[in-house]
Amino acid sequence: MLTPLPKLSYGQWLGAAILSLLLLSAWLVPLLGHHQPNVQHLQHSFAPISTALPLGSDQFGRDMLARLAAAVRLSFGLSLLCVTSSALIGVAAGVIAAWGGRRLDALINFIANTVMALPGLVLVLLIAGIAPGSFAMLYLGISLTLWVEYFRVVRASVQPLLQGPELQSSLMLGFSRWYLFRRHIWPAIASNVLTLAAFGAATSVLMMASTGFVYAGLKPPTAELGLMIVELFPYFSEASWVLLQPLCVLLLMVLGFNLLAGQKA
Amino acid sequence: MKNILIKRLLQLLMMVWSVGSITFVLSRMLPGDMAYRIAAGRYGDDAVSAAAANAVRQELGLNDPVWLQYLHWLGELLQCNLGTSLVSGNPITAELQHQLGYTLLLAAAAMFLSAVIAIPLGLICGFRANSWLDRGGLLLSTLLRSQPVFCLGLLLILLFALKLSWFPVAGFNALAHLFLPALTLGLSLAALSNRVIRNSTLRVSRSDYYLFAKIKGLSDWQTFKRHGIRNIALPVVAFMGIQLVGLIEGVIMVESLFAWPGIGHALSHAVFSRDIPMLQGTALTCGVLFVSINTLVDGCCYLLDPRSNRTC
Repeated sequence: MLTPLPKLSYGQWLGAAILSLLLLSAWLVPLLGHHQPNVQHLQHSFAPISTALPLGSDQFGRDMLARLAAAVRLSFGLSLLCVTSSALIGVAAGVIAAWGGRRLDALINFIANTVMALPGLVLVLLIAGIAPGSFAMLYLGISLTLWVEYFRVVRASVQPLLQGPELQSSLMLGFSRWYLFRRHIWPAIASNVLTLAAFGAATSVLMMASTGFVYAGLKPPTAELGLMIVELFPYFSEASWVLLQPLCVLLLMVLGFNLLAGQKA
Repeated sequence: MKNILIKRLLQLLMMVWSVGSITFVLSRMLPGDMAYRIAAGRYGDDAVSAAAANAVRQELGLNDPVWLQYLHWLGELLQCNLGTSLVSGNPITAELQHQLGYTLLLAAAAMFLSAVIAIPLGLICGFRANSWLDRGGLLLSTLLRSQPVFCLGLLLILLFALKLSWFPVAGFNALAHLFLPALTLGLSLAALSNRVIRNSTLRVSRSDYYLFAKIKGLSDWQTFKRHGIRNIALPVVAFMGIQLVGLIEGVIMVESLFAWPGIGHALSHAVFSRDIPMLQGTALTCGVLFVSINTLVDGCCYLLDPRSNRTC
């Protein structure tokens, strides 16, 4: 926010490049005429690669390029939604817990510990069970598991900051809390939050694919990476190259986010 | 130690409460009248009448206000009364006992394989930091970490089961059936833990006390045994607590992929068929597993580092 472009390592540049390439192609593909991911052409099932179908077609003769692009857009959209909302909630909760007195701290801590008492995927599956096939429930479940990380990191790094001389003197000079947050707190936590955001994006992409893979996430015919993998798996001997496509895209996406997050794992 | 146990007990209670609450909401959201549904389950579809449904309603207190039903639900849960599966009709506890054995077997085999892979690799990479071996290890770990565990499993199936025909794809009787699922999970765990071991080793081997031990004339092996192992192990064991999330999530995915009849497989099937009692039971078991192994890790940390009473 306040810093100019942060210095990125080679790995982070590579990650950013992979992700922007994926994003760009996912948005360009529909403009090039591949905008119907769900239209079936049963006479063309597992069509080989051609100019009309640059990546071939799946078991129902659906255009793989269009499906992959749709799936990438869906995954990016979900991860963007999840990361922004969980980062906002997590950072806010962390700052409030550190700043707002003991009772509030205890309350938010209690909620965070309750969420953390279950592994994330179990919680997501439980919530996805409420309304199967619903994007909103998936979003809710994933965000619910992700915000705790931000909360813990932000709370731990804000607490000592609040006792420090800079913030105390600014407070006595009468600056508003929002100003203090922007001037003193955000610069101190920004890099950690951004790292967490990149990891969180990878996690949300993986979670969505995982729920799709066990048939507990979005329902067919949605083009979703995990769902595509599990649907194509029975046909691997006829068309292993088709099965490998969503696998590779998923790998590239997660690799991109992990590289972008850098080495601070 | 007492503090750790109290903290974990609280965590267990909160886990039971949250799973119970979510599944309570779930059970109210199923379509259809609950009394009719239960009556159909008990007396068969043909014998359902309004009278039977009303009898069920009376008996189970379905007319009570929602909060009373909720308390009743939680009470049953605390008594370990998990009900019967909506799909198979068997008591949940019996099914869970059966599945838990398979899950524990898989988890133990995966942990063992990951230790066999990660410990030597991490130690070598740590003692020869920035060599080509270390860089290769980093590259391989990054690649393995970047794919979901089911992709890794699929690739292993394609390679070992379908191309080479060395191991069977699915099944659960012989040891050969265990190999591929355990290897999948073990590899994905080792991908991260070998880097942790490597970093810990590097830190210890560059430390002053390690250098001093060598200067005073201890051999490499003696230095490692007396000053290395325990110091390297501490962060690694503490990290295992964090990695547990990965283990439990991995178990769910790997079991579904290989049709391994464990808790995770049952959990994903329960979500798919909206079998609420089963869902509750399997989620609870996952949670209990999670909390109890976490407690074990805490205990190990405490034993490894008796210097302070810190909770790691």
